[in-house]
Amino acid sequence: MVQEKVYAIPNVPTPNRPVIFNPDICNGCNTCVEICQMDVLIPNPQKGKLPIILFPDECWYGGCCVAHCPVPGAIKLNHPLMQRVRWKRKDTGEHFRV
Amino acid sequence: MSWEGLTEGGTVPEWPYPIRYGVENEVSTDVLILGGGIAGCWSAISAARKGLTVAIVEKGATVRSGSGGAGCDHWVYTANPCSSVAPEEIIDAELASNGGYVNGISMYIAAREGYDTLLEMEQMGGKVRDTEDEFKGAEFRDEKTKFCFAYDYKNKLHFRIWGTTFKPALYNECKRLGVQIHDRTMATSLLTEESKQGTRVVGATGLNVRTGEFTVFKAKPTVMCLSRPQRIWQFSSELIGLSTLRPQTDIGNGHAMAWRAGAELTHMEKSEASIMGSGYTFPCYGAGNPFNTWYACTMVDANGKEIPWVDRDGRILTTVSERYQPAPGQKFMGERATAYEYRRPQLTPDLYERIQKGEFALPFYADLPGMPEMERKVIFGMMVGEEGKTKIPIVQTYTNSGFDPNRDLLQSYMMMGGETVGSKTRPRMSRAGLPQQRTFGEGGYAGGLVIDWNLKTTLDGLYAAGDQVFAGNYHHHAAATGRYAGRKAAEYAMKAAEAVINREQVATEKARIYAPIERKEGIEWKELNIGTCRVMRCYCGDPKTGETLKIGLLWLKDIEENEASKAYARDPHKLGRTLDVLDIITSSQIIIHACLARKASSEFLNFNRLDYPAVDPPEWRNWLTIKLEIGEVKIGELPIDFWGSFAENYETHNKDYQGCYRA
Repeated sequence: MVQEKVYAIPNVPTPNRPVIFNPDICNGCNTCVEICQMDVLIPNPQKGKLPIILFPDECWYGGCCVAHCPVPGAIKLNHPLMQRVRWKRKDTGEHFRV
Repeated sequence: MSWEGLTEGGTVPEWPYPIRYGVENEVSTDVLILGGGIAGCWSAISAARKGLTVAIVEKGATVRSGSGGAGCDHWVYTANPCSSVAPEEIIDAELASNGGYVNGISMYIAAREGYDTLLEMEQMGGKVRDTEDEFKGAEFRDEKTKFCFAYDYKNKLHFRIWGTTFKPALYNECKRLGVQIHDRTMATSLLTEESKQGTRVVGATGLNVRTGEFTVFKAKPTVMCLSRPQRIWQFSSELIGLSTLRPQTDIGNGHAMAWRAGAELTHMEKSEASIMGSGYTFPCYGAGNPFNTWYACTMVDANGKEIPWVDRDGRILTTVSERYQPAPGQKFMGERATAYEYRRPQLTPDLYERIQKGEFALPFYADLPGMPEMERKVIFGMMVGEEGKTKIPIVQTYTNSGFDPNRDLLQSYMMMGGETVGSKTRPRMSRAGLPQQRTFGEGGYAGGLVIDWNLKTTLDGLYAAGDQVFAGNYHHHAAATGRYAGRKAAEYAMKAAEAVINREQVATEKARIYAPIERKEGIEWKELNIGTCRVMRCYCGDPKTGETLKIGLLWLKDIEENEASKAYARDPHKLGRTLDVLDIITSSQIIIHACLARKASSEFLNFNRLDYPAVDPPEWRNWLTIKLEIGEVKIGELPIDFWGSFAENYETHNKDYQGCYRA
């Protein structure tokens, strides 16, 4: 078992991951920081790195961060578990979900 | 990166923006616009086109801010050359479905100038027609103009629009015209002549929610384009987010600051059990349903059996096409109209009973694959895609998860809790919350500022548009009234004397807004909001009595004097949120005062007073007005049709207006 240093931090807000950044694609341009209506994101102190999701519990899931991102695939929305819908394939009856 | 990742290693980063608490800027402009949403941008453009200097104060980022900033799919109730329906007939339809509780002035302006506004939207770069011929040959498309229509394909008064293109186009036009845009700045108060309640408005104050700096905006007229109150009865950051229709920046700061300045409001006693956004719903427009954006999608039960559609007379409709045609003898169909004259087809109204009898099995599904190709494509991909925040959260997210509208049945949550769009008349079908879980005008026509035919409020120098006016509704209304108010405010600015700011009023406001950062402990904004919501649910929920309302007021006063005066904030963002909650408390107080004043129940206001059970008695068919006068609450009354003749008054007030479409 890996022994890591454990820090004392409070419970995380819910939801805690409204968006997921792809660190291989995101270039840290902060367009998403500037477009977010709720000001959920802040720039990373390290220039060019992924923005920080500081206020995840305030996300409106408007998707403007994704829509205006100049690098496709750098950000995706991550729906809270409670709000994931289902569907059924009409011809086979198979069930799927978000 | 999540904030947790950042704290690993035991360090917390510094606030990313320079902290400038107390630093004071001064901006002087001809016309000041508070709120940079749809109404605000239109207002700014309209005033700037008159050659005046204009400034916008916006809490978020103007390029996408406001309730309609992310997108919109319908531009409804608009007289236009493809339709034979006149603006006067449109306003009659809206009044008939709401017991007369519709803003006759602003909705008439929207019906009458909506088409001009739409054409201007197109000139600025918004997509309003099927220019790529994606829907060529579709029943809902006018082949000559390439306009696409919704709901009523015969009468063509509700446009389908590509609203995701609108806000960036409005923003670019504001920039092109030299409008000064103050993003991330929340308006906190109106400044009045000699600092008195009820006098001319001479500007406003703003707080930058990133840096904490303060700005005094001086202007001849101010146009209020802020949202209606939200988070009055329900708030939980753990539940809401994705399921809310409107962004939570929009909490009605305008109602609170106008109240403090002495402006008159009306219709503040109306509220409704939440049909969207109770927190327990699925993403807006993101579950299978036959309403609104999804109208008129075929619905099937768990075994694939189709749910019948009926017209207003109960006649079973056998084709999809008939769902979009008026019934025999019907003049035209409204948007969500409940009045018989204008009612649209719907799923059979006895569905609940038929499910209980075992005729239909849960769950239901939206049968997009069973719809004709053009109707399927226009519902999922265009309407769901352009409406509100559907492009990324619904179309992109679902498609990336494998959803295929050509093959898949999207599940509905009707009667299972969590339906995204419902109807007041069919609560058992759709409602996801309790009657106490209310919203302030989620379904439209909410309370707001009293205005006249110039969209001027009861205060000199103060105009209003969009959700800021009483009993308005829809995107086209925000756009057309914003455009109109900007024009009227510009006319005022050309004649008005210079505004004079009272420094003492500025100093008092600064002391008020910075108080939470002086405290290191107390109550944080979320608990304060959740606590006031609890008071509103219990004491101003459904049903209401004079006694419960009075206790509610006592509670709010008590919270104001104790908890709220100990609220703390550790950065400019949380300071902004804290000030939002203080405004939510103010709006809650206005609402309770208004509820106490209405001594009758009302079907149209969803207003159930146990101590005054008579429903809509003739003597109470009125607009109750409410304002502060030297700190005292004053209740007044306006006749239900106080605006007089629509066409006559409109024409008297708009003699110089060019380009208005006339049916």
